[in-house]
Parts: sequence; C-alpha cells; structure tokens
Amino acid sequence: MLTILFDGIAYGMLLFVMAAGLAVTLGLMNFVNLAHGAFAMAGGYATVVLMTRFGVPFLACLPLAFLFSAALGLVFERTLYVRMYERSHLDQVLFSIGLVFMAIAAADYLMGSSQQNIQLPSYLQGRITVAGVGIGVYRLFLVVICGLMALGLQLILARTRFGSQLRAAVDDRRVARGLGIPVGTVFAITFAFGSGLAGLGGALSAEIVGLDPGFPLKFMLYFLIVVTVGGTSSLTGPLLAALLLGVADVMGKYLVPQLGAFIIYAMMLAVLMIRPQGLFARGR
Amino acid sequence: MLTSVPPETRETSAPAAFLNAKAAWRWPEYLFWLSAFALILLLPNRHLLMNEIAILGLFALSLDLILGYAGIVSLGHAAFFGVGAYAAGLLTKYGVTEPVTGLLISGALAGAAGFLASFMILRGTDLTRLMVTLGVALIFHEIANRLDWITGGTDGLLGVAPSAILGRFEFDFTGRTAYVYSLSVTFLLFLAARRIVNSPFGLSLKALKDNRLRAATIGIAPNRRLIAIYTLAAVYAGMAGALLTQTTQFVSLEVLDFSRSADALLVLVIGGSGYLYGGLIGAIAFKLMKDTLSAMTPAYWIFWMGFILVILVLIGRDRLVAGIARPFAPLLRLIGGRRP
Amino acid sequence: MTPALQTDGLGKSFGAFKANSEISLTVAQGARHALIGPNGAGKTTFINLLTGVLPPSAGTIHLNGEDISRVSQQGRVRRGMARTYQINQLFPDLTPLETVSLAIAERQGTGARFWSRVGSDSAVIDEAEALLTRMQLGAMMTRRTNTLPYGKQRLLEIALAMACKPKLLLLDEPAAGVPEDERHDVLDSVAALPENVTVLLIEHDMELVFSFADRISVLVQGMLFAEGPVDEIAGDPRVKAVYLGEDAHV
Repeated sequence: MLTILFDGIAYGMLLFVMAAGLAVTLGLMNFVNLAHGAFAMAGGYATVVLMTRFGVPFLACLPLAFLFSAALGLVFERTLYVRMYERSHLDQVLFSIGLVFMAIAAADYLMGSSQQNIQLPSYLQGRITVAGVGIGVYRLFLVVICGLMALGLQLILARTRFGSQLRAAVDDRRVARGLGIPVGTVFAITFAFGSGLAGLGGALSAEIVGLDPGFPLKFMLYFLIVVTVGGTSSLTGPLLAALLLGVADVMGKYLVPQLGAFIIYAMMLAVLMIRPQGLFARGR
Repeated sequence: MLTSVPPETRETSAPAAFLNAKAAWRWPEYLFWLSAFALILLLPNRHLLMNEIAILGLFALSLDLILGYAGIVSLGHAAFFGVGAYAAGLLTKYGVTEPVTGLLISGALAGAAGFLASFMILRGTDLTRLMVTLGVALIFHEIANRLDWITGGTDGLLGVAPSAILGRFEFDFTGRTAYVYSLSVTFLLFLAARRIVNSPFGLSLKALKDNRLRAATIGIAPNRRLIAIYTLAAVYAGMAGALLTQTTQFVSLEVLDFSRSADALLVLVIGGSGYLYGGLIGAIAFKLMKDTLSAMTPAYWIFWMGFILVILVLIGRDRLVAGIARPFAPLLRLIGGRRP
Repeated sequence: MTPALQTDGLGKSFGAFKANSEISLTVAQGARHALIGPNGAGKTTFINLLTGVLPPSAGTIHLNGEDISRVSQQGRVRRGMARTYQINQLFPDLTPLETVSLAIAERQGTGARFWSRVGSDSAVIDEAEALLTRMQLGAMMTRRTNTLPYGKQRLLEIALAMACKPKLLLLDEPAAGVPEDERHDVLDSVAALPENVTVLLIEHDMELVFSFADRISVLVQGMLFAEGPVDEIAGDPRVKAVYLGEDAHV
C-alpha cells in the first residue's frame, strides 16, 4: 500500500517536472501550448538514441536530454511560437495541435512506431526496504531528482534577478517592458528552459511509461490537468496538483483497474466545475 | 426557407429590407446544393466517399454552430458524435432497425448528453472550456471502452444491419442510397440551422460571441442561450454519428477518438467558420486532400494534417484562402463567407 | 415621491482596501444628477455595484423603491436600469440596426425566437429605426459597427442603452475620447435625452457636467464628499481643493 503511494508520488514528481514549463508558458505568456509533450518526447528519444547507438551512460544522458529539448524549444520559440503570442486562444490551440501531429508523424518516421524502452544501469534497479516499505530504487531516484528540480525552480523564481524579471513580466507585460526588462528574451529563455525540463522529464519517464510516437497526445491531458487544476499563479499549485494526479492515477490503476483512467477525468471535471481558476489558485 | 418570402401585408421598411436581404438565399447557394444532389447521378462510383464527405460536413457544421456562432472552442466535439453513433448502432442491433427512427432517437440522446455537458462550459476561461470539452470526450471514450460487453470495445460493434429507410429504400453496395440519405439529412439540418442563425436567437449568439459583457447588460441571459446552442450542436453531431453507423453498418471506438474532434476543427480552419458553409466546403477539401495525400504517403497523413494546421494558422486562413480562392472570391462572398 | 435610485450605506471592500464605503446617494425622479471625483475615487466600483457586476460588501440599493441589491445584472436591466461604458462596449461585427434591435427584442421578450427572421418583426425594426434616427445614426445603421467613426460609436453606446427603455440611465463619461469635431453630436444627444428618464452622469469633463446636471455629488476616496446643486458645488472651496483645483480644463 505505502509502496503504491510512493510510486504515485514519484510519478507525480515526474509529471511536475514535465509540466512545469507549461505552467510558466501558460501563466506567463497566457499561451496555450498543447505541444509541450512533444518536447518531452524529444528528450526521451534523445536518451534512447544516445544510450542504444552511442552507449552513453544513463546519467550522462539526462543533462544532454535537457539541452537537446531546450535547444529545440529555443529554435521553435524564436521561429514559430513568437508569432503566436498575440493571437487568439483558438489559433494557439490549432497551431500547437498541428505541431503535435507533425511531431507524432516525425517520431514515427525516424524511430518507428514500436515502443522504446531503455535499460537502466544496475545501480538504479531493484528495490530496497525502508521501515518495512518496499521502495523501488529508481522511484527513489526520481523523487530525489525531481524534488531537487522543484526546489531549484522555486529558488530561481524567488531569489534570482531573472526570477524577479520573470515575475514582473507575468504581472504585466507592458509595465515590465517599460521598466527595461527584455521581455522577449525572458520569454525565450523561459520557454527553452521549460522545454528542457520537459525533455529531462521525458528521459526520466521512458523507463516508467515507455516511449512511443503517441506520447505527446497521451500526456497532453496530464500536463493540462496539472496546470489547470494547480492554477498558474505559482509553482506550488502545479506541484500539488501533479502529486495528487500521480497518486490518484497510480492508486486507481492498482486498486480499481476496471475504472481505468475514469477517476482522473472525473476528478478533473469536478475540480474545474467547482474552481475554474484551479484548485490551488489564489482567488482573484 | 426555399420558398420566396410571403408578401407582407404592410410595406417593408428599408431597414427590414436590409435585414431580409442579409438572410436571403443567393444563387451560389442554390448552385451548391443542386450540384451536391446532381452528384448522385454524375459520379455513381464515388458514392461512398461522398457519403463520408456529407457526414463529415454535417459534423463540422455542428461544431461551427458553437465555434463560429457562440465562440466556444471545443476539443471534444466527438463525444456527441460518438453518443449518436453508438446509440444508432445499439438501436439497430436491438430492434429499432428503421434508420430514420434510429436517427431521431440517436440525435435526441446526443442532445441530452450535450444538454448535461453544457452546464460545465458556462463558467471559466477558454482554457477551462478546452479542458472540460476534452475531458468529457475522454470520459465517453473510456466508458465505451470499459463497457465492452455492450459496445464491443476495441473490436467494434458488429451485426449492425439497418432495414430499408422508411421501409422503402434498401441500402445498396454502391453506397448510392447511403449518399442520398446522408445528403438529404445534412440538407434538412442545414436548412434548419440556416433559419436559426438568421433568427433573433442567432443574432443574440453573435452578440454574445462579440461581447459577452455588453450582451449581459442589455438583458440577454448568456447561459440559457449557450445551453440551447450547445444542445442543438450536440443533436447535430449525434445525427452525424448515427448516419455514419447506419451507412457503414459498423461502429467502433474510433468515433470517439480525439482525432475526430481535431478533424472537425481542421475542416473549419480550412473552410472558415461562422457562415455555415465553411464546414461543408471544408469537408470536401479535407476529404479530397486526405485521399490524395494518404495515397502518396500512406502512414503519414497525420503529418500533413499537422502541417496544414500550422501553415493555415501561421499565415492566416484568410490570406491563404484569398490567394487560392481569388477566382472564387465573389462566389464565397455571395454565400456569406468572410471577406479576406 | 419615491426616488429613482437610492443607496444606503453602500460599500465594497477588496480585502483590506475599501473601494467604496458608506455611500448613501439619492437620485430624484427625472433628475440630471452628476457624480464626479478624481481618478481612483471609486466611481467605477460604484457603477459596478449599481449594475450588479459586483456584489456589495455592505448596504442596499433601491431602484424606484424596490430593493435590487441581490438582483442579477439582467434582472436590473429588466427593472429599468441601463448603462453606457466609458470605453465602448459594442458588438463590432454587427450593424447598429442589429445591435439596437437585439436590445429591443430582448425587452419585448422576442429575443429568443429561433424560427423567425430578424427582419420580420416590424415592431422591433420600426422602433430601432426611430431610435437610431433620433440618435443621428440613421444614415449609418446598416454599416458594420467597427467601421463607424468614433463619435458615432459613442452615440451608439447611448442608443443601445436607450433601447432598453430605461427609467434610470447611467452614463459613464459619454464624451470620453471623442474628437473635437464630433463632440457636439454627443453633447446634443445627451442634452436631448427624454425628460422622463432619470440620468446619473459619471463624468470628468466639467464643461459637460455644468451644462447638463442640476445636482452634483462628489466622490473622494470611496466616500461621498459633498453633494448639492451645481452652483453650490462649483463654489465649494473644499471641492475645489480636492478636485477642481487639480483639473486643468475647468
């Protein structure tokens, strides 16, 4: 039971790292980017290729996956996304769905449609017992890594000059511009960083959820849940939402498998009915 | 409707004449529907494809009612298509084999689902609506998947054998009856939709889409209007789904797929929204493109679909269509298409 | 005689911030009442309370003797309260004719008809035509609203509110942003509003206030600061100090 709970927490942490970038894009730029999962997928595939073709060790793949997705995000932001900021939500939705479809087809073409798995290094396999609770080593690894990431993000946002520029731009784009904050650059860096995090999450998740071309579509909803349920006013909301989602999903699948994903969807609808601004958002 | 306006007892004023002219039928519209019906005879061996076009057109038309007229962005319109499709399949299988009866009941059931779902889209932002519509469609998909002892699950529902339409017209192998049936239903529903969007109710929807705040301050209660149009759109979508089941004699989980909702959006992006013909014209273009591109690269239709979406949005549909359709621009304007 | 509008101890707080507090304002039937105050005095909050956009934190609102504090926005419109907006809130894709017809049809209860043409209801169309002609919009009633000159759009703002046949009309800076050559049209139309309609004018422009109003209330920091006939307020040194003094165009 506690093992399942821990698995859920690990999964939730993973979802948070993947969705954090989306929370910022949505909150900061009010931009609906349904293609966020494509960047996560890119990170996952980068890891697969690096490990299987070039024999790069798993741990070294993680930063590379981050960089790969971040670079990809930066290129797309500067060339395509930047044109979409001022458009209607409908246009943004259509545009990013288009990207999702293209990413799926591209992944299928380059990597094949079958599911890719990665071989974890032996020191991350197996499980240990802590206080009578069996814990997968890799799950523990996930919780530690993602926890550090979440902490780091919070610190960056709260403590650094970049963080304060970002928060200023969140509050009011025009005022921020007036104060001499290079809003365009801040956006680009944030977008790239968010994509990089998604890529890292993709790399970490390859072992748990498997990787196939349908990944961006499958996780689109999960990311959106994290962001809408959590609210976009801070990172704490999405973190809590991600943990809740992870635990509910894993628990649901173990305990009442016949209901499947039903629990998640129903929960999401219920939350959105009661709190359209998000469960953990401060009231406006 | 088709008949000319009955002579008014009093002299119509200039403003009334202006409003009537705005709602009047124009010759390209007659041409459009005449050609659609003429194709029954002209292209006897493409009836199956044309049947699919008519159904997709009706489905996109139903999405246009909420997107183009009420401004609701939906990522899950397939939910109602699916309810109609499964309802028609189950009705046929368990006794109600007459298609028109099945169609009406399926439409009503989809409408009921739409009515219930509509309460969830009244609050919140574009984003929450997006999530809610998507979530509803996913829930329906999941239900259909889990209830495999009724729906056939991933294998689909087999043994759907509708009887003759109205007891007279049997479905044939060439798809001729199917096309005539689907086209007639689409046409009748189009007529009703056309009448509704040109009514005071339709006008109030446009006002709500343009400026919801002001609409509320001149006494329009937004929620009731939105519930009404959302329910109506669900009925239309359900009937489109029922048509698909009845004419293909099969229904599977595909009817609830996310890609079906996305298809309808793409059709409207191609055809334009907010003038009713966008869904129909878009459906023709969409199916023809899909046929051609899938023939070239069978596995990668989805790439082209994404590509078309990205390009259309990036460049702007209006500008792109203006380029391609410049020769037809006066025609489009006549049937009410937005000026590029 | 029951006043057209009466607020008692009306207040609105956002957290610790009191945007409006203890506002007791009475507007007599048929009055031309102006509400003035410096920027940030809480005029917009007050309008939002009156029209039901915001629920009050304290106090009551009576419209023609009826307590409407808890009535919905649409309910207040039906009871005879209409407003215009400081920044145009129109339907850019509709024509003035359609815009005004909407409000008239809604008032007459035919706005939800879905099986008849918009143009077939001659009672609505005739009234719309008459109203638009009176508001100097007759020649432009079949053009799309977003193609109208700004001054004409301001007139349509007022026409749209008048289409609701209000007993009480709230005018929120009707001449704001109108270019000099179109200003007269707007001022004339405001001056020509029917006498049986009570008007509460929220305004910055002193020329318009002094030419139009017969009573003035001054709002400062969310509270009623002074109230009286035009001459009295114009001569009140305290009002001059907090408000008129800082305003260049007196």
